Amino acid sequence: MEHWSPTSTIDTDPQPPSVAARLLRDPKVVGAGGFILFLIVLALGAPLIAPRDPLAQNLLLATVPPTGFAEAEPGYLLGTDGLGRDVLSRVIFGTQVSLTVAFVAAGLACLIGSLLGLLAGFLGGFVEAVISRLVDVWMAFPPVLLSILLVAVLGTGLHSVIAAIVVIDWTRFCRVVRTETMGQAQMDYVTAARTIGFARPTILFREILPNVMPVLIALLTLEMGIAVVVEAILSFVGLSVSSDTPTWGGMIAEGRQIVHEAWWVLAAPLAALFATVVAFNQLGDGLARSLDPVLRR
Amino acid sequence: MVLFAVLVNRMALALLTLAGVGVIVFVLLRVVPGDPVAMMISPGAGPADIAALKAHYGLDAPLATQFWIWLRGVVTGDFGTSITLHLYVTEVLAARLPATVELATLALLVAVLLGGTIAIVGTLMRRSAGETVIDGLNSIMLAVPDFIWALALVLLFAVALPVLPLTGRIDPALAEDFTTRFYLVESILTGRFAVAGNILSHMAMPALALALPLAAVIVRLLKQSLKEAMVQDYVLLARIKGFGELRLVLQEALRNAVGPTLALTGVQFTFLIGGTVIVERIFSYPGIGNLAIDAVINRDFPLIQGLVLLFGLIFILINIGVDLTVAALNPRLRHA
Repeated sequence: MEHWSPTSTIDTDPQPPSVAARLLRDPKVVGAGGFILFLIVLALGAPLIAPRDPLAQNLLLATVPPTGFAEAEPGYLLGTDGLGRDVLSRVIFGTQVSLTVAFVAAGLACLIGSLLGLLAGFLGGFVEAVISRLVDVWMAFPPVLLSILLVAVLGTGLHSVIAAIVVIDWTRFCRVVRTETMGQAQMDYVTAARTIGFARPTILFREILPNVMPVLIALLTLEMGIAVVVEAILSFVGLSVSSDTPTWGGMIAEGRQIVHEAWWVLAAPLAALFATVVAFNQLGDGLARSLDPVLRR
Repeated sequence: MVLFAVLVNRMALALLTLAGVGVIVFVLLRVVPGDPVAMMISPGAGPADIAALKAHYGLDAPLATQFWIWLRGVVTGDFGTSITLHLYVTEVLAARLPATVELATLALLVAVLLGGTIAIVGTLMRRSAGETVIDGLNSIMLAVPDFIWALALVLLFAVALPVLPLTGRIDPALAEDFTTRFYLVESILTGRFAVAGNILSHMAMPALALALPLAAVIVRLLKQSLKEAMVQDYVLLARIKGFGELRLVLQEALRNAVGPTLALTGVQFTFLIGGTVIVERIFSYPGIGNLAIDAVINRDFPLIQGLVLLFGLIFILINIGVDLTVAALNPRLRHA
């Protein structure tokens, strides 16, 4: 920062801050990213961190309220559900399914969608027309209905949930990447690369892709938040993983049924879901701001 | 003339899209394992009973024949019979659609009023701590989907502060004497305001859950447009004339800033309608969204096909409406 003086413009700044330094200065990236790291630790270390077995039932201790409320039991911080299972332990184990879906489903949707988007934007013509029409037809479905339809068709389970999210949400990446690629393809550096005689795949993946990356990374982060909610909705409807795997959506469905007797069974996983969705969203916002070469200035 | 051309063009594309949606759903439902008949037989039924049932619903015919029968029916307005409800699909949809139309319209109204008010307040408080607070809250509101809002409202207004009914559309005792299925509209038009109040109390939570994400989108875009308009010359002129800040925003800036928000609200309205599926489920609200989940879980093929086409049609009609409104509001397109 010593190089900076009020008269120097950004373009002549000899030592612009590195990407990592910029990211670490953004409170959104640090706060939200930190929370997601915390969730990853919870998911990986769930058997060590959770105070109890998330599946162990104890009907004598059913619907025990959280610590601090009347009739609370020591050792059950967030109370128990209708079958006497520890709510805190179930919320902690629930991060496993949520994060798996977030990373795998969003990652695959990103891969497929951006590949098609790159092709459509770079090749143009017939390929572009076919892919764009496909996206239009896809987006005529209500996403929630389509995901429920797909999971009903594919059968329940984690694989189906992931497949459903990928099949629905690749269009988000495809549309944005197609537009970005079309813009980049008009730039001088692409013309230069063509003139030098670079092969098309080289131009696409070595020249254009790195410039589309910032948008893609932000979009991927936002999609992770969406995937977590879709999984919760499918679990809520009873179409996700089997009921012996703790999921936030499954807990929410159960809590909704007994909300008048034991509100904490709904409140605890809902709070976890809320915090996770907001964190992914804020991280995506922060990344978009820090990585975007235009917004950066 | 341009409007007409836009309309014809959009209609043709819409029909093509609907046809695509219809074919995809039809094939998707039938090429995968999973048997609707298995869902409806009694435990004691033998293979002969199953075959008879399949024949009864035409499920034993070749795929192409099934598609031809279905297509012929759709063109003549016959969507078949629901396998689980034993009623014509058109009857079921006609009975359930008004509930969803009323809910979605109310939610849209709430979103526009809420989002518009917050955007105007935010514009009045621009460059102050108040605006920072509004922006911060709004960025969270933008992130949180209707599913989470719906359940948070349940905890708030049905448990912590039990003032609103948790499920249904109307108290069953009041649901007797209606001639249409548009309960809210009909009760207001016939002056039965106590009944209308009961319906509104049932709709309050689902409508608010659907409205909040859309309101957040409206706040962000409208506030941006309003702030841009507030530094224009015509606003400066009005300011010199001595108009107050509120009047500047409402009378001068709003009229010129509302265009982009209107277009976006239309597009976002389709997301709101998609959201009715899960929100109706949470509140056991008897609309087509809730119906759709049951239809899918029960593998009620004719009903699913009818519902998907209906949703597709609603989406397309909204999109055409948005395009026409935008075209009509744009002077360059209007006079071309």
